[in-house]
Amino acid sequence: MAKIIVDGVEVDVPPEYTLLQAAEAAGAEIPRFCFHERLSIAGNCRMCLVEVKGAPKPVASCAWGVRDCRPGPNGEPPEISTKSATVKKAREGVMEFLLINHPLDCPICDQGGQCDLQDQAMAYGVDTSRYHENKRAVPDKYLGPLVKTSMNRCIHCTRCIRFTTEVAGVSDLGAIWRGEDMEITSYLERALGSELQANVADLCPVGALTHKPEAFHYRPWELTKTDSIDVMDAVGSSIRVDSRGREVMRILPRVNEAVNEEWITDKARQIVDGLRLQRLDRPFVRENGRLRPASWQEAFATIAAKVKGTDPKRIGAVVGDLAAVEEIYALKLLMESLGVANIDARQDGTVLSPAHGRGSYLFNTTIAGIEDADAVLIIGSNPRIEASLVNVRIRKRWRVAPPPIGLIGENADLTYPTTYLGAGPDTLSELLAGRHSFAEALKGAERPLIIVGQGALARPDGLAILSLAAQLAQSVGAVKDGWSGFSVLHTAASRVGALDLGFVPGPGGLSAGEMAKGGVDVLFNLGADEIAVAPGAFVIYQGTHGDRGAHRADVILPAATYTEKSGTYVNTEGRVQLANRAAFAPGEAREDWAILRALSDVLGHRLPFDSLNALRAKLYEAHPHLAEVDLIAPADVGAAVQALAGLGGSVGREAFVSPVKDFYLTNPIARASGVMAECSALAQERRLVAAE
Amino acid sequence: MAVRKLAPEDIQPDSFTFSSENMTFVAQQIAKYPQGRQASAVIPLLWRAQEQAGGWLPRKAIEKVAELLDMPQIRVMEVATFYTMFNLEPVGKYFIQLCGTTPCALRGAGDIRQVLERRVGEQNHVTEDGIFSWLEVECLGACCNAPMVQINDDYYEDLTTENFEKLLDDLAAGRPVKKGSQVGRRSSEPQGGPQTLTDPALFDGSQIGAWRKRFEEEATSAAAVQEAAAATTSAPSTPKPGKPEAGRVVETEKADTPAKRVKEGEAPVPPTERREASDKSKATAVDARTENKAEPAPHSDKSYVATPSKPEAGRPTADAPADKNNKS
Repeated sequence: MAKIIVDGVEVDVPPEYTLLQAAEAAGAEIPRFCFHERLSIAGNCRMCLVEVKGAPKPVASCAWGVRDCRPGPNGEPPEISTKSATVKKAREGVMEFLLINHPLDCPICDQGGQCDLQDQAMAYGVDTSRYHENKRAVPDKYLGPLVKTSMNRCIHCTRCIRFTTEVAGVSDLGAIWRGEDMEITSYLERALGSELQANVADLCPVGALTHKPEAFHYRPWELTKTDSIDVMDAVGSSIRVDSRGREVMRILPRVNEAVNEEWITDKARQIVDGLRLQRLDRPFVRENGRLRPASWQEAFATIAAKVKGTDPKRIGAVVGDLAAVEEIYALKLLMESLGVANIDARQDGTVLSPAHGRGSYLFNTTIAGIEDADAVLIIGSNPRIEASLVNVRIRKRWRVAPPPIGLIGENADLTYPTTYLGAGPDTLSELLAGRHSFAEALKGAERPLIIVGQGALARPDGLAILSLAAQLAQSVGAVKDGWSGFSVLHTAASRVGALDLGFVPGPGGLSAGEMAKGGVDVLFNLGADEIAVAPGAFVIYQGTHGDRGAHRADVILPAATYTEKSGTYVNTEGRVQLANRAAFAPGEAREDWAILRALSDVLGHRLPFDSLNALRAKLYEAHPHLAEVDLIAPADVGAAVQALAGLGGSVGREAFVSPVKDFYLTNPIARASGVMAECSALAQERRLVAAE
Repeated sequence: MAVRKLAPEDIQPDSFTFSSENMTFVAQQIAKYPQGRQASAVIPLLWRAQEQAGGWLPRKAIEKVAELLDMPQIRVMEVATFYTMFNLEPVGKYFIQLCGTTPCALRGAGDIRQVLERRVGEQNHVTEDGIFSWLEVECLGACCNAPMVQINDDYYEDLTTENFEKLLDDLAAGRPVKKGSQVGRRSSEPQGGPQTLTDPALFDGSQIGAWRKRFEEEATSAAAVQEAAAATTSAPSTPKPGKPEAGRVVETEKADTPAKRVKEGEAPVPPTERREASDKSKATAVDARTENKAEPAPHSDKSYVATPSKPEAGRPTADAPADKNNKS
């Protein structure tokens, strides 16, 4: 630890701290544009100047280490001043230079009200300009459908370049020309190719890069902010949903060091238009082969008539990818009261089940724990599109000191170099037998991490593959005291919550696939749109969008999306998180648990709660760990891996295929979004170009 | 700096490949750097690509270099656009870079510039026959021989409008030309041979190097040793730096302030000044205030200060608790 005096306050900070960090530790606020905690240091905006005692001129505090300061003549700690007249004058000078070429666009700029330059000009700006030359004019660049540019406003902080290069791992953006003529652009203005590209608009301290889909739609001060959780993948990123009136206007990331740090994927951010398009806003009943609008009573009566005449053995329920724990629980209770054992929340056919213990289906290492791993093996997963922020963590780990990273499955570009081991289960068996050179790397590692994706599990021999992976984890010592290196990566936000509740077929029950193939006469479909139900069954679809599930349905019950209800989601790590309501569901659509409660009444099996709080009280009683919001209830990983390893079984020879075919179109909300469709088309184009 | 841009698509070649001898060069350059650091070779490769492509860098050449060095294309593009010596548009067979920096400008670069404007046309513009194009650049480091131009790889110095016109004529006609100085001097020696340091006495040791002899004598002299010893003893024990304030801020007290006087045990204000201040005849005359007390001075009732400076303005602030006594 090194001592340093900041504005007369002595603080003790680690010597590798920069002056900026030391000043913040001492409670002094330093203005900055180019500096960002999660990016490399550029030191080019000069806004963070401070005075160091003994230095002949102000220094950029973001790029000057505490250990670089000289002590005083008698060994006193180095002294810096962040509020002196010199500092203020220096910063005012910097601000004046920045404003020379910055247009006075604030009234027509989307960044207005959330602009670093605007805020800091209030403190350090002068109200007139001494500059009489022409302002620099820069042509706007095309950077794809998500990022709008207005390059006159650019102050050359290079945060966007550093983000795409360092965090997103694609060298798309660069700065061409030099000096005053420097311009930020992609090569020949190609669209950005990252699934995290919209974050650059958040990072931009001025209005040069803004969000294109929401351009000119709102002013930040008009919006109501609601903290929530993203459900586009199983990572459960922390988001803030900003709404105006009934409408969600935008989604922003929230800082959550344990999960998403400060980033969210483009899908999490830009599906906003999907929340209002293609919505189911009233119940429908199929009559003579056509769906017609109906009242809730009619819809319920139709269901009741059908259910009452059906043997519980011929009734089933499946749960989709976006359902919250509350409605899964309500559906489970309803099905239990009807005596139905055919329940399944795994529409993709994955073999994960609570039968082998909670540790058998969680990302036990935790996302933050990835940073401690010293060897990584990815089996049957493409984390870049299945869980982009998990991929960002692996890349972050790789940037610190590259660990050996092995890949079994699709040989995809994960933005960091990987050792491609093979395509299918054979390679896994070879690795287990020690016949592969990568086995040495895993064995030699202190904390090896084995990630098993749904590409390896959602197949008939999935359980045998999971067992192989568990055996491998045991043989390389991936699970021991203080380290759980056996992790399952999910792709659906609802999956872990449903498995926690035990929403899997009971004794003699049918799986989702069997139900869809005609195993039941009445199928209750809670938002499962990725499964094709064979003709014949009477399908009750409770969901939000007119998607595949609704097209096949005989009765449609309109429900609320994740921004329109308060719901619990459990992410792939097993972290319990609460999504809050930011807006109301359109038309006659209702919150899911309330629909099930009302339906249960009509079916004659009234569910024992009348409010969400009552439901939660009952839920927490049955599953206490769900009450611990934002925490991970510890699972016995050792026992789970032991149980899995003992299963054995024979594996097939087919290669692993990632379940996510198109990153931008994985769920009904995304498929309704025009922005996602555009992104998907662009990505398709890029794949075709790459294939040539 | 002149505006530079990539050449338009219709004149960009469809492909670019290094010739076999240039590929050898490329391999040599890459081999200079450790494994994985091959990107360091980007400037030599771009330079060689520019030579091969006829003095400018086509887009395909930039992409080829990126491919050879396993770099993202934008990174190579950054380098190619940063350095002005990479031409992004076609240049003439003779690419003339005119130095326009101060020494050349003082020695007549303006005249040379006029010649170029008349004979070649605007900057960055290739003549119709494809022979010439020109560009004004910053100092090329031949100030002794100003004014000068660089044509392709060679310097042509000591230009006048006449000899420069002739130079251009010769180049256009394909006649051999003289590189370097155009007025016949060798490198940057004075015209007509050396003009200084011509006295032979400078080189016989009688003047230059004479100190050495004296030094040798003195070194053996005991008197010198004594003198040195005496100098050491008479030196002050606490040497005073030449500039006590050099390099560091020293808090010097203000010359004469009340605070300082109190510290030194004196009266805060000297009696003489006090006496002077009490002298009515020397006081500044101020008119008596005649403002109507009933009418307050005009001021805005909107205050950006959290606590209004005029609480008597009377309106209770929004979050002030209501007066309990006044409750009806």
